[in-house]
Amino acid sequence: MAEIVLQSISHSYDAVRGALDRPARGRASPTLALRDVELRWRDGGAYALLGPSGCGKTTLLGIISGLLQPTRGQVLYDGKDVTLRSSRERNIAQVFQFPVVYDTMTVRQNLAFPLRNRGLAAAEIDRRVDRIADTLELTAVLAYRATRLTADQKQILALGRGLVREDVAAILFDEPLTVIDPHRKWLLRRKLKEIHKQFRHTFIYVTHDQTEALTFADEVVVMQHGQVLQRGTPEQLFRRPAHTYVGYFIGSPGMNLFPCEVEPAGAQARVGGHDIALPPTTGAAPPSGSLELGIRPEHIALVTGPEAERGLPVAVTAVEDHGRFRIVTGRLADHRLKIRVGHASTEGSLPVAVGDTIRVRFPAEHICLYRDSRIVSPDPGAEAA
Amino acid sequence: MIEKTRSNKAWLLILPMTLLVAFSAIVPLMTVVNYSVQDILGPNTKVYVGFEWFRKVLRDPELHAAFLRQLVFSLSVLAIELPLGLGVSLIMPRRGWAVSATLVVLALPLLIPWNVVGTIWQIFGRTDIGMGGAALVELGLHYNYTADRVDAWLTVLVMDVWHWTPLVALLCYSGLRAIPPAYYQAAAIDGASGWSVFRYIQLPKLKNVLVIAILLRFMDSFMIYTEPFVVTGGGPGNSTTFLSQFLTRLAVGQFDLGPAAAFSLIYFLFILFFCYVFYTVMNRVGQG
Repeated sequence: MAEIVLQSISHSYDAVRGALDRPARGRASPTLALRDVELRWRDGGAYALLGPSGCGKTTLLGIISGLLQPTRGQVLYDGKDVTLRSSRERNIAQVFQFPVVYDTMTVRQNLAFPLRNRGLAAAEIDRRVDRIADTLELTAVLAYRATRLTADQKQILALGRGLVREDVAAILFDEPLTVIDPHRKWLLRRKLKEIHKQFRHTFIYVTHDQTEALTFADEVVVMQHGQVLQRGTPEQLFRRPAHTYVGYFIGSPGMNLFPCEVEPAGAQARVGGHDIALPPTTGAAPPSGSLELGIRPEHIALVTGPEAERGLPVAVTAVEDHGRFRIVTGRLADHRLKIRVGHASTEGSLPVAVGDTIRVRFPAEHICLYRDSRIVSPDPGAEAA
Repeated sequence: MIEKTRSNKAWLLILPMTLLVAFSAIVPLMTVVNYSVQDILGPNTKVYVGFEWFRKVLRDPELHAAFLRQLVFSLSVLAIELPLGLGVSLIMPRRGWAVSATLVVLALPLLIPWNVVGTIWQIFGRTDIGMGGAALVELGLHYNYTADRVDAWLTVLVMDVWHWTPLVALLCYSGLRAIPPAYYQAAAIDGASGWSVFRYIQLPKLKNVLVIAILLRFMDSFMIYTEPFVVTGGGPGNSTTFLSQFLTRLAVGQFDLGPAAAFSLIYFLFILFFCYVFYTVMNRVGQG
């Protein structure tokens, strides 16, 4: 059990620890897998690290677990600097992408292995193994060879090797559902959630799948190009993406983004010759930088009836039927956008066909304004408070 | 439904392979079978003798001695080369230029023609001009592989170890390289000692390559011929006469084609039987 703090972590696979502190003379500066990551993981929280392949999330996990030493920065466990400590000393557990079990051992021996290595008494080992096996529903297979288990059972067993250590500082998951059958994924994910509730260990879950991240974690950290773009609850990430990439990456389809101009008072934005009212909290227009207006497909409202003339005209280019809803792709001036609309049968909706021009409205409270890809308004911190 | 069409074209398609196998294996083997049941007195005079040659060969005390010698030799080879090769593979470098350098150095003995290997050791072991032999004599040992049975035996054994341990090492090394890093990371997290990593990760993952190594080394050493022939010629006395050499002496030296053919078949069946038993046993063990 520990609170984990990462202080200005940077990492390069080409450089040794400390190399980034010295000015590089004549040499090209090394490629950074992580740059200046600052994170604090509360004890007992369920976290997800979300990002596309190659964004540095697995590197970050390695630094937390002690398999890698960061080129620069500190890792603190409960305020103690463990940057140079081994995985064993940090007392963490990790579940890998591919199930790792000790082939020649039985399930019981697998679970007992970390405890035996730490020199516990046989009676105590048996007690803990039985308890964990009971929780993980492995009791019936304790005497089996570990190789006989299914892939999802193996992942549970790998998790069990962490849980048997009652004082384990954190349990890390590196895309643990990759090799699990689709229909078992959902069950296993729910099981992980239950286990977290029961044991209250710090869980850190790395994935590139937003559904996994958003359903598993209390708080999600979104990464791109080795940097943390935003951390927040699934709801915060959805409602107020702090970065255009977060808006695009989270949600299906992602957020619509339009290059725009903002008039000096900050009350209105212009997109492709149309005026759009901004939320009243926007304040004065940012003086410089490229501005973008973002709105989620779910939040765009269709306008019908007498007010239709005041709506923004969108030429429909494609309609995808998803059963419960439709995704309409269209053009607003020169910009492509996607709108999620209910079915014709649902209330407040209307038939939409390719070639139609429909009228839509961007409700001000759902609009986010971005300057150089970062949100300018409304302040997500103020929103959260 | 698609009707199954009967066509004799299939016979045509397998004909080339059948011919190839017939000429490369079946015909030569049947010739040996043919010889083994006849006494050939002259080019056109032969007598059917049934299993007479088999009985004779199996009762031959010289063969018994050669068989025992062969078995002890093959088992010694396995007992030395497997642990040694495995050990070498464990300390081989995993990255950088050292990998290629080690691989090339290790592969060298495997690339040398077998009779050259014999010649190298024949010279190396000589007490007058050979580096190894002369050094041993300088150290005050009474080493002489041409006169002393034990010395001759050890020379052939050491030569085989030198020649073939690299093969075991390379096999094990490739097996080790195939283990995903997550296993080592999990072991580090579980606090496993170096011995535990070897015992519970590396050794189980190497099981398949070790089976191959044992099969290859047993079969090859059981049929060893060229190297001892060049180094000791089977001597002194009969001390390094292994089965192949015994057979050659019987067939080529004494021109006893009948007994030689009978013995060839026994020899062949023994190796086949051993490999079958061994392979089956190892597979069973693997499945637990």
